[in-house]
Amino acid sequence: MDVSQDQFAIRVRDLVVGFGRQTVLDHLSLDVRRGEILGLVGASGGGKSVLMRTIIGLIPRQGGTIEVMGQPTGGHGRGAATTWGILFQQGALFSSLTVRQNVQFPLRENLVLSQELMDEIAIAKLEMVGLRAQDADKYPAELSGGMTKRVALARALALDPPILFLDEPTSGLDPIAAGDFDVLIKTLQKTLGLTVFMVTHDLASLTTVCDRVAALADGKIVAIGPMRELLQSEHPWVRAYFHGKRSQMLQHEMR
Amino acid sequence: MNHEPLLLATPSGDALNLRPEGPWTAANVVTLETLSRSVGADVDRSRVVTLDMSGVSALDTLGAWVLEKLSRRAATSGRSAEFVGVADHFSGLLDEVRQVNRHTPVPVAAPNPVLARLGDLGKATAGAREDITAFLQMLGALFMSVIGVLRRPRSLRLTSLIYQLYRIGWQAIPIVALITFLIGAIIAQQGFFHFRRFGAESYTVDMVGILVLRELGVLIVAIMVAGRSGSAYTAELGSMKMREEIDALSTMGLDPVDVLILPRVAALVIALPILTFIGSIAALYGGGLVAQFYGDMGPAIYIARLHEAISVTHFEVGILKAPFMALVIGIVACSEGLRVKGSAESLGRQTTTSVVKSIFLVIVLDGLFAIFFASIGM
Repeated sequence: MDVSQDQFAIRVRDLVVGFGRQTVLDHLSLDVRRGEILGLVGASGGGKSVLMRTIIGLIPRQGGTIEVMGQPTGGHGRGAATTWGILFQQGALFSSLTVRQNVQFPLRENLVLSQELMDEIAIAKLEMVGLRAQDADKYPAELSGGMTKRVALARALALDPPILFLDEPTSGLDPIAAGDFDVLIKTLQKTLGLTVFMVTHDLASLTTVCDRVAALADGKIVAIGPMRELLQSEHPWVRAYFHGKRSQMLQHEMR
Repeated sequence: MNHEPLLLATPSGDALNLRPEGPWTAANVVTLETLSRSVGADVDRSRVVTLDMSGVSALDTLGAWVLEKLSRRAATSGRSAEFVGVADHFSGLLDEVRQVNRHTPVPVAAPNPVLARLGDLGKATAGAREDITAFLQMLGALFMSVIGVLRRPRSLRLTSLIYQLYRIGWQAIPIVALITFLIGAIIAQQGFFHFRRFGAESYTVDMVGILVLRELGVLIVAIMVAGRSGSAYTAELGSMKMREEIDALSTMGLDPVDVLILPRVAALVIALPILTFIGSIAALYGGGLVAQFYGDMGPAIYIARLHEAISVTHFEVGILKAPFMALVIGIVACSEGLRVKGSAESLGRQTTTSVVKSIFLVIVLDGLFAIFFASIGM
């Protein structure tokens, strides 16, 4: 048991989640290893975000167990922010606070520290995600899409959580910005030793950043492994996903 | 293993050896700040500071920054500082932290408070002019839209109009009737209570009748509609603006004024007189009930007194004001809705502004009407 606790950041067993009579996740099991970047792919509306939100505790589960860092999860208490950081698809920055206050929010709510140190940490986080100190006093409404995602990432990392959840981090970014963001995530993952759980449709991110990729279809994980193995998978949906016209085109380009 | 972070300082002549131990993480921030402050004086005194990192069991950005700050403090004015014994898995983080906070942001000078107040006043004045412009623009756009509908009656959004009438007219009837009923009853009770001393109880009916029909009926109903429906209009249009629905309409060649605003304002203009009528009747009924149970005045006498006291002019004065008040409420609500910017906060602020402004304008308009009707002798 000790070995598994050390090895896995997130363990999901027999997870069942449904809304009304519709079952979205059907006895799903998934392990996320410590220190890896796991990409999750799946059809739109197929339950990727539901899986992520269930692990975080935003959606109640009907059955199964979820262990995060060896601890079974139940609700999201005060300590949630120290366990994981979440980058929501639209950033979910608090629109009434400045960038600096957004990044300081988790610090202020969870720790007791001087304003001076808090300011320095906030600026440090912003610089680590590639923003400048001058941007700190802007409001979220004044930011571009890429900057919003970077600020949201800085806020998610404010308390140096060991696990980072990313919900479609590169959606809505141009290819250059998306590439930069991928590099940024990879760098931060290395320096901070993060475990990253990433929901994405971006084939480029999957190939370049992810250590392993999990494919979600029919409420189950149908294939999991490095991108190379997934490309050889025989599962019809996985084949359709990676060998469809669009994917083929991209993979040719990349060769 | 240590569960509390430590910082051992060993001075030797000009040199200082700092040895942090244990978990240097955000969870222990209080201890970390105290530790780094306690060695501050030693650091300032030493020429060479060595940070021996071999005893650190855990390190995160916050801990790394506290140490980096000490090393920067030690490395000022020709003195030197260095990290030794850094474990491999910490070196990336330390290198990263060494890059940050290098540019001290230029502090913005606090403006002169008197000048700032004056500046705010000037901005508010300019803002008032902008408000008037926005109001007139919306009035003009509505006017053009009405002309368009008169020329081509089929272009009227009938479904939308009926739906808005249902929402702000029909569904508002219970609450409007209840509140005006209570107001009528309260006025009558006050009238009986105070007029009784002069033996002038029968004049209570005059007071209730005239006050309700001329002023209170329409004013109370307009204020309620501004709070109930005006705020809804602002919030609806504001969130449509935020989600770019209004831009989508414009790009399809449709005028948002025709599609969204005219049906809403027209519904208000139609509904408010009807609600005023219902409200006035409810208030008179409330007054009548109080007359019977509190003022010992039977329904027959109450109605006869009412018949004598009020003329159709009082009713006309009240009901004539209603469509104008509706127009003001509608225009303010819709133009505030269109001024919503991207954030949730702005939606809230604009909705508040819409309600406050429309209630204010309704009362000002009522005053202007009082002067107008007095001067034409109604």
